[in-house]
Amino acid sequence: MVSNNKKLGRVLLYSAVLLVCLGILVPYSWLVISSVSQRVDLTAVPLKWIPNTFNFENYRQIAIGDSSSGVNATLKSGLLNSVIIAVSATIFCLFAGSLAAYAFSRLRFHAKNFVFSFILLTQVMPMIVLIIPIYIIMSRVGLLNTIPALVIADSAFILPLVIWLMRSFFESIPRELEEMARIDGCSRFGTIFRIIFPLSTPGLAASGIFTFIIAWNEFFSALILSSTIKSKTISVIISEFSSKVGVDYVAMAAAGVIASIPPVLFALIFQKYIVQGLTAGAVKG
Amino acid sequence: MPRAKANSSLFEREGVLAFTLLIPSMLVILGVLIFPLITSLGLSFTDLKLTKPKSGVFIGLGNYFDAIMDPIFWASIQRTLIFAVSTVLIETCMGVAIALLLNQKFVGRGFVRGLVILPWALPYVVNGIMWKWIFDANYGAFNAALTQLGIIEKYHIWLGDPSTAMILVIFANIWKETPVAIILVLAALQSIPADLYEAAAIDGAKRVKIFTHITLPLLKPIIISLIIIKTIWALKEFDLIYIITKGGPANGTNMFSYYIYQNTFQFLNFGYGSALAYMLTILTIGLSAIYMRSLKGGLEIES
Repeated sequence: MVSNNKKLGRVLLYSAVLLVCLGILVPYSWLVISSVSQRVDLTAVPLKWIPNTFNFENYRQIAIGDSSSGVNATLKSGLLNSVIIAVSATIFCLFAGSLAAYAFSRLRFHAKNFVFSFILLTQVMPMIVLIIPIYIIMSRVGLLNTIPALVIADSAFILPLVIWLMRSFFESIPRELEEMARIDGCSRFGTIFRIIFPLSTPGLAASGIFTFIIAWNEFFSALILSSTIKSKTISVIISEFSSKVGVDYVAMAAAGVIASIPPVLFALIFQKYIVQGLTAGAVKG
Repeated sequence: MPRAKANSSLFEREGVLAFTLLIPSMLVILGVLIFPLITSLGLSFTDLKLTKPKSGVFIGLGNYFDAIMDPIFWASIQRTLIFAVSTVLIETCMGVAIALLLNQKFVGRGFVRGLVILPWALPYVVNGIMWKWIFDANYGAFNAALTQLGIIEKYHIWLGDPSTAMILVIFANIWKETPVAIILVLAALQSIPADLYEAAAIDGAKRVKIFTHITLPLLKPIIISLIIIKTIWALKEFDLIYIITKGGPANGTNMFSYYIYQNTFQFLNFGYGSALAYMLTILTIGLSAIYMRSLKGGLEIES
């Protein structure tokens, strides 16, 4: 009787786990299947779930196709813009954020707690209240529709989180290490760059991956601040693509899959860092 | 730490060094967060409308009074509340349930825990087009599956009806955001010392009793955090609505943030938009204050 109960428990457990996996995988798989289907199969009623022949045309186009004009060129420029923006924002946030985090973790200065709480509070601000004046300012200084505008905006929204993550990381590095280096005649800046940063590689990696994913996925500021192809990110391009009448579903799905590859891959490979980032982020609010 | 020696360089003084280290961050934060926040407040007291020449005149609280009299505003608030309450409740409950499940021992646990992150990592826009495509009226997989299973006879225009459109937007949000709840609750579960459970098992406590007397009270702080953070996020929800429904049909999914966007960037009514945005900000700050207080309360109980 007891062993039967146990068996039943295992069956229930595995069914529930299977259900969770299917719940996650089925919708996303449908996007992937759609992206390699023939248009005829996708629009057939009753729907053919698995296409007769696969269609890699959209992927081939993006990989090696002509990129001088048309949809393909738009997608490629969107991808390139997204890469440039996400990488620049990540580098800037890591640089500025870890310097600031060091100050909050190790130094005594006037109004420290006030400034720190203030920075954290900016994190919860609705982006929409900020984007209206940002839009006006950017258009006045001529940065509207440029990549720097998006890098600056993304960085500002992500910096508070990086400062928080890096500060808690610095807190875990023993202070004695720095004090010893200082006794040996190392300057303040020297200890930061020779002792603290080399020891913080895991922290920098965690914040970096987190920042990259958030910057890559960012949509709202890119939508408002870029109305020309020059600075539109892949997210903006896909959103426009999907609201066209008579949209090519296969191409749209392929674009969606491609846009999701960098963040999904990073998240799956560096799971541990994501968990750290999310947990720290939530404690902060 | 010893005070800086008189002959040491300027950077050896903590205040000066701290100031220097904070410059890059503060420049961006002041320029892109604080300055706009103040400008927005100023704008919200004007009638600035980009389509109207000679607008931008100070009208005091005019926009705020307009908002109070605006029926679409109130309707959008009501929808936002429905959206917030349903997503927060369902995501929190599902988060706890799935985290408890993933805390059990089973083959492939590491893989499943990793997989759970996938929806979170998906770009908002991709999540949006994915569900829009699945719920498509003519070729959507949802219609196809339901007809092939014999549940419905004819294809439905799911996104054409205000109430089903709302349910689908809520659903798409739940799919994307539940992972955050799962990850946070799972992290909290892992920090519960195993000997607590062992002691309870020795005392012969039943599973349900262990859950309600040990697990749930220990999860309380993280659940409260989740509810507040997710409420703040729900108030800001924009991307999904923009992609899937554009606020329609018949304003059926037009929520607070989207309505602000519409007023500002479609009707180019910057003054009114700013006032609405400020109301959202005040609401958010209020919720954050409650959150910070509850965090402090939690810490006191722990220590």
